[in-house]
Formats: sequence, C-alpha cells, structure tokens
Amino acid sequence: MPTTRRKVRRLSRQDKIVLTAMVAIPTLIELVFVWLPTLFSIGLSLTRWNGLDLTDIRPAGASNYQFVVEDYPPFWPAVQHNVLWLVFLALIATPLGLLLAVLLDQKIRGSRIYQSIFFAPVMLSLALVGVIWQLFYQRDHGLLNFLLGTAGQPAAVDWFGDSNVNIWAALIAATWRHSGYVMLLYLAGLKGVDPSLREAAALDGANAAQTFFRVVFPAMRPINIVIVVITIIESLRAFDIVYVINRGTNGLELISALVIQNLVGEGQVIGVGSALATILLVISLVPIVFYLTRTFGKEAKES
Amino acid sequence: MTTVIAPSDLARGTEYAGSRPKRHIGTHIILLVLAVMWLLPLGWSLYTALRPIESTNQNGYFSVAGPYNFDNFVTAWNQGGFSKYFWNSVTITVPAVLLTLFLSSLMAFAVSRVSWKFNITLLIMFTAGNLLPPQVLAAPLFQMFKHLNLPYWFSDSGTLLNTYISVIAVDTAFQIGFCTFVLSNYMKALSSDLTEAALVDGAGVWRQYWSIIMPLCRPAFAALGTLEVIFIYNDFFWPLLFIQSGDRLPVTTAINNLQGVFLSNYNLLAAGATITVIPTLVIYLLLQRQFVAGLTLGSSKG
Repeated sequence: MPTTRRKVRRLSRQDKIVLTAMVAIPTLIELVFVWLPTLFSIGLSLTRWNGLDLTDIRPAGASNYQFVVEDYPPFWPAVQHNVLWLVFLALIATPLGLLLAVLLDQKIRGSRIYQSIFFAPVMLSLALVGVIWQLFYQRDHGLLNFLLGTAGQPAAVDWFGDSNVNIWAALIAATWRHSGYVMLLYLAGLKGVDPSLREAAALDGANAAQTFFRVVFPAMRPINIVIVVITIIESLRAFDIVYVINRGTNGLELISALVIQNLVGEGQVIGVGSALATILLVISLVPIVFYLTRTFGKEAKES
Repeated sequence: MTTVIAPSDLARGTEYAGSRPKRHIGTHIILLVLAVMWLLPLGWSLYTALRPIESTNQNGYFSVAGPYNFDNFVTAWNQGGFSKYFWNSVTITVPAVLLTLFLSSLMAFAVSRVSWKFNITLLIMFTAGNLLPPQVLAAPLFQMFKHLNLPYWFSDSGTLLNTYISVIAVDTAFQIGFCTFVLSNYMKALSSDLTEAALVDGAGVWRQYWSIIMPLCRPAFAALGTLEVIFIYNDFFWPLLFIQSGDRLPVTTAINNLQGVFLSNYNLLAAGATITVIPTLVIYLLLQRQFVAGLTLGSSKG
C-alpha cells in the first residue's frame, strides 16, 4: 500500500518513540504473563520439584510423562472425558445451537424473546452454571428427580454425585450454555448469507433442506470454522463446572482439573502438573494453529 | 397457497416469512418446548429462593404452597458476605477492563495504521495467547508470583499471591489478545484518509491515535467493554489460583464456597446463586445489543 509507506517515511523521531511504546508495552505484558509461563510449563515438566525453593529444582528427563501415562490412574479417564466432552459438544450442543439459529432466523413472532431465553445462560459463568444445575440435579430435593417421580425413593439418582452418570449430567449443563453461544454466532452468520443465493436455489427447485445444506451452510464457511475452533477449545478448557461440582474427581476427571490438582494444595507435584499442562498445550495447539492459518494465512502471504 | 414468489418479495427477502405460515406452527412448538426446558434450571433456582425453608421442609420442594418472599435473599446476602464479594469483583473487573481496552487499542493502532514487518507475527502471538487453556500456564504463573518478594506494606503476603494485582494482570494479559484482534480489524476498516489528513496538518502519531482513531472506535469499545466486563466478572479460575483469603475472592469464585457456607439449606443456596446472576442479567438487559455485537465482532472475520 503506497499510502502507508509514505506515512512511515514521514514519521518523526518522537512518533517513532510513541509507536515503539505502543507496541512494546502490550507485547511485554503478553510475553511475561502468557508466553513465558507457557515455556516455563514445558521446562518444569522435565523437572522434579515440590514448589518450595527454586534451588530444589532437579532435572527429571521424561519421567513425569512416563509416570502420567503409565502410573497415574486418573489420566486416561481424563483423556476419555475430554474426548467425550468434545464429541458431545460437536454432535449435540453445536447442532442444537445451529437448529435454534435456523428456526429463529425465520421471521416468526416472538423471535427476540426466544433468542433472549436461549442466550441467557451464555451470560453466566460456568461455575454458576454448576451451582444452578446442582440445585436441579440434587438427589432428594432437585427438580429433575421430582419430574422423574423418583425423588425420595431409593431409585433416585444423585446426578452430579454418581460417577456413572455425572459426566453426562455435566455435559447437559455445559450444552445449556454452549448451544446459546453457537445459536448467536449462527444467527449472525445466517444474516450475512446473500439472499440471492437462496433465491437462486429456490428458483432451481431446491427444497428447504437442500437449500440449507447445499447452499446456505457452505456459504457460512467463515463462521463454521470459528465454531469448530470454539467447540474444540471449549472442550479442552472445560474446568470450572467440574471443579465446582467435585474438583474434577470421581467420574469428572478432566486434564485441566488434573493439572490443578497437582499444583495446589497438599503434596504439590509441580513436574507432574506441568507435564499434564504440556500435554494439554500440545493438544490445544492443533485447533489454535488451524484457526490461525485460516485467519492470518492470506494476510501473511500478502505482506 | 402459492409457492411462486413475487420478485418484489424476493428483493425484500421476506419469502420465508410470508408465504408458508403453516410451517411456523411446528417451529413454535419446538421452540416453546426448548424454551421451557431452557428456563427450568434458572426458574427452579428462583422459585426455591423465593420460598422460606420452613415451607419447603413442610411441603417439600416440589409443591406450590406459599408463602413467597425475599427473606432468603436478605439472609443469603448477609450470611454469604455478598457485599464484600461484589466489591472484590468490582475491584478486579473495572481496572482489568480499562487496562485491557487501553493497551489493546495501543497495540491495535500500531499494527493496523503502520505497516511493519512483524505485524502479523505479533497479531498471531496475541490471538493465540487468548486461545490457550489457562491451566497450561497456571503452575509457572503461580510460582512466579509466589517467588516475587514484595515489601509487606504493598502486599501482606510478601508476594504477589493473594493480591488483586495478580488477578488483574493475568486477566488483562489474557484478554488483550482477543481485544487487539477485534480492534485491529475494526481500525483497518477505517479509511486511511482520516489519518492522512491529520498528517498533513502536522498531527503526531499520538494525536492521530487519541483524537482521531479513538473517537471513531467508540462503537467497538462499547461492544468490547460490555463483553469484557462479563468475561472478567465471570472469571472463576485466576482468583481461585491466586487468592487464598476467602474474603478477597470475587463473587464468581466465592460461590464455590457457598455450598459449604449454607450447608444443606438449598433455599439459601438458590438465593445466593440468583443474587450472583443478577448483575450479569442487568448488564444483559441494558446492553444486550452491545454484548451480542461484541461476541459477533470477534467471529466476523475468520
């Protein structure tokens, strides 16, 4: 761009100092509080340390990883739960959000009220979602068991307490929030689809389903990518809700929760916690890199 | 009913609404059922909160017997220490949001108005940082703060742990990434003639930023500001990690302890949960458009 070039040449010394500060201060904060700790996590994962004195850090090679994979009982359940979390969000919560968006995109009466209802949980923290659903799922006084007619009977299920079902109960609570978010993004996406595309499809004799799946949905490609990334990252970041329920134990193990269990409280095992954090980092980098290449790939080539 | 669509209808894009009213009955049934299901957990909380425990003990929770009042809210507010927790939330959220918006606007201005070799690299670094799971950097941050010795007049723990500054700093660092990404896209869309004209008038970089670009970004700031208030108010993890004194926790993290405080008094717990919902609900009702705009701003380019 010639105009920008000209501008750069005309910068005075003072301008250059101002611009440098504008870039340097936020970059420094980002480096110190995000990227250096990320590198330290990788470094600490190769050490043995109780977290007390910096001079006590001992090299440990890959032994923490070996311990996590071979001898740490909650690790594989946690991996399974993270995968289940992703599959559930991808196959149920996200399509449900898309369905809501498609239904609400028609000009129906009360659309705004419906939107507000479905969107309300997105405003709440996942920790609060956990508390609210605890009241709903509670064994003796929760609404769900009253509706099922099992409240107060031996058959009553403690939905968050029973390790056979609590992951599903937590997933439904997470869906409650995730679907509203997806709905909102798709509503914006649907509004952005060129109406002439639908008209062309209608003129070609396509029915509603064909129009949607063959024309409208592919036309929302940028939003689809964002939603794929959000869904994967949400399933890796899932933490608050299980931590509020039982700190991520007894059927609710997630990698993120195991990281924290090894870092704070009694018997800090920093090396093991960091190994778990590094595993979480490596998995997270897959959707992050995918998203970044989609978003910045074109610009990087241009400049 | 005709399926032939008049061209004038096509132009307005209203063919889906007008021509097939029959199909909307099905839509309404699905939406109504889902809406009721959606409201059940929140409604149950509110309903339980409005009933005194004597009444629910006598009639059971699944009943419609009165009386209904706000006593549980008053008791929960006082016993739960909500005024303190809300104040802690304000102490963390306000500086964090202002810092995030200010710093990311500096960064966004620099990368969007001046072409520089590392622009894309920096933007990628910022955006990626925002997408990391916080647990990935929890241990090193905790240890960094723990081993940073500070004078006791500044922090009674002698370190950065148990201070609001630790939470504000990390919240800010995390959110700068997202805001820089959104603001730089917003600023790129502004015509470069604006700053060109200012340049001809001899305005320096800072004046271009402060007097020309910043006022034009007000809509983006309104949307992002609303979004960030909710994000940081709702942040559960960083205070959980850094703050050890229960009385310094913000309200979102403090609700983790409410279940212990109220023991098995579900009416009080429900009231506590409802109290925590209220600020976000108020912001949502007042600033719904800003919030929605903020969320979609971030995804409009991808």
